[in-house]
Amino acid sequence: MKSQLENLVSLEACGVNRAGRWLVRGITFGVKAGEVVTLIGPNGSGKSTSAKVALGIIKPDEGQVVRRHDLRVGYVPQKLSVDWTLPLSVERFMRLTGAVSGTDISSALAQTGVGQLMNAQIRNLSGGELQRVMLARAIARKPNLLVLDEPVQGVDYTGEAALYDLIKRVRDETGCGILMVSHDLHVVMAATDHVICLNGHMCCHGTPRAVATSDEYRRLFGERASSSLAIYEHNHDHTHLPDGRVAHADGSITDHCHPGDGHHRDHDHTHQAEAAKHAG
Amino acid sequence: MLDDFFTRAIIGGIGVALVTGPIGCFIIWRRMAYFGDTLSHAALLGVALGLLMNINLTFSVFVVSVVVSLALMAMQKRASLSADALLGLLAHSSLAIGLVVLAFMTWIRFDLMGLLFGDILAISKLDIAVIYGGGVLVLAMLAWIWKPLFAVTVSAELAGAEGVKGTQANIIFMLLLAVLVAISMKITGVLLITALLIIPAATARRFATGPEQMAVVAAICGVAAIVAGLYGSLEFDTPSGPSIIVAALLLFVLSLSPLVKFIPNTSRSNP
Repeated sequence: MKSQLENLVSLEACGVNRAGRWLVRGITFGVKAGEVVTLIGPNGSGKSTSAKVALGIIKPDEGQVVRRHDLRVGYVPQKLSVDWTLPLSVERFMRLTGAVSGTDISSALAQTGVGQLMNAQIRNLSGGELQRVMLARAIARKPNLLVLDEPVQGVDYTGEAALYDLIKRVRDETGCGILMVSHDLHVVMAATDHVICLNGHMCCHGTPRAVATSDEYRRLFGERASSSLAIYEHNHDHTHLPDGRVAHADGSITDHCHPGDGHHRDHDHTHQAEAAKHAG
Repeated sequence: MLDDFFTRAIIGGIGVALVTGPIGCFIIWRRMAYFGDTLSHAALLGVALGLLMNINLTFSVFVVSVVVSLALMAMQKRASLSADALLGLLAHSSLAIGLVVLAFMTWIRFDLMGLLFGDILAISKLDIAVIYGGGVLVLAMLAWIWKPLFAVTVSAELAGAEGVKGTQANIIFMLLLAVLVAISMKITGVLLITALLIIPAATARRFATGPEQMAVVAAICGVAAIVAGLYGSLEFDTPSGPSIIVAALLLFVLSLSPLVKFIPNTSRSNP
């Protein structure tokens, strides 16, 4: 178990119950400074809910959340709906939750490729533009924890890669911890240290490679997702064996998730219990 | 000067409009129009209970408004009904209970029309003092919570995640709304308070590029509606409360007209 002191934020066996139904349960993870943790999973698997628990927007019905007291959060929510009647310029939006200097604002907007939109009204932005502005706002706050809920939704394909590069660069330059939510392991792969695969509970977790080739991931996303991922992966430094196993850089060969992963044992029954509950 | 009932009406009305403008902006940004409506309907229950217990009506209306908004928050937490159904339930049942209670009190003479539609021409010097005292308090508090309230209005999740004290701002805003309903009841009556909140703010929308600017313009629109409405009611011998609302509506319609394009600083297009 990671020390809670090191973690910017850590969740310990957290669960959220709404109207008698567990949206997520048994969520345990932590985000350290300089680390990128990505939550993936299908729709309704509790990714955003888990992120909100980490942020303190949702109080868990069971389990514990520990946030470091000097936490400075930059958050990109999954959606932002500003009423049409609300006059709000991009510049004003950048200062919404705290003072940010003019230079920080313009440099953050320039970094996300929307420097020209400084004086535009938020409600006139396209989906992709708004996404870039929200990311710029989160970065300009100089956070030590960035929480990004589907940060590139609505952004065009070339833009996506650039934004992930930027996210990685922000991590490298500022040493902040990043908690990311995505439904697409493909694109986050290169920028992630640790992936947690959710489906109401923690399916599996580990390095992106380990998760992508795990049986749980395959079951959740289908054969196609993992095989297309394999094709994508061929450009990289490690090799996929013809039988689907993975040869890692250190010479080890694995079937799926990290073999040393203790969590796997006990979660196999959780799996069955959940399945039985869903069936009932 | 204050001895003239018409002057008193104008001064009192302006006092209310200066407050409903900024508060009304938040009401429309947050899509809370029906909430304001519910509070104002509940005001009639406040009047009835105030008469029954022989206490100050402004105070009893304030208390009932606060109780209703607390009840609403509690009911929303364990929501088995949608928010608008709950609001409708609270609005009309409190209005109905108020009317029933008033009907039981046969020993008290009251002007029901005045309660429902306002009786601005009957306001006293004390009423003016209450309006301005309460109004200054509401505006000062609003300025104090402006930043967190605005952040929560744009996105409660963003504000919550980044450490803005949103719950506190929300509760204070609700209390300010209750104060406003209490002090403006005499001007517009319980049925028309929401109109004075929403219409000037909606009018201001077309002339503002920033939230503070919109609040100021809304206050100005409200003042214009009060002055125009009162002079109109004097001229055409129409009821004053409804005349004010009609004037506000005319201003709104005017703001939609193509003429507005020629006023600089309108912000319909992306710069």
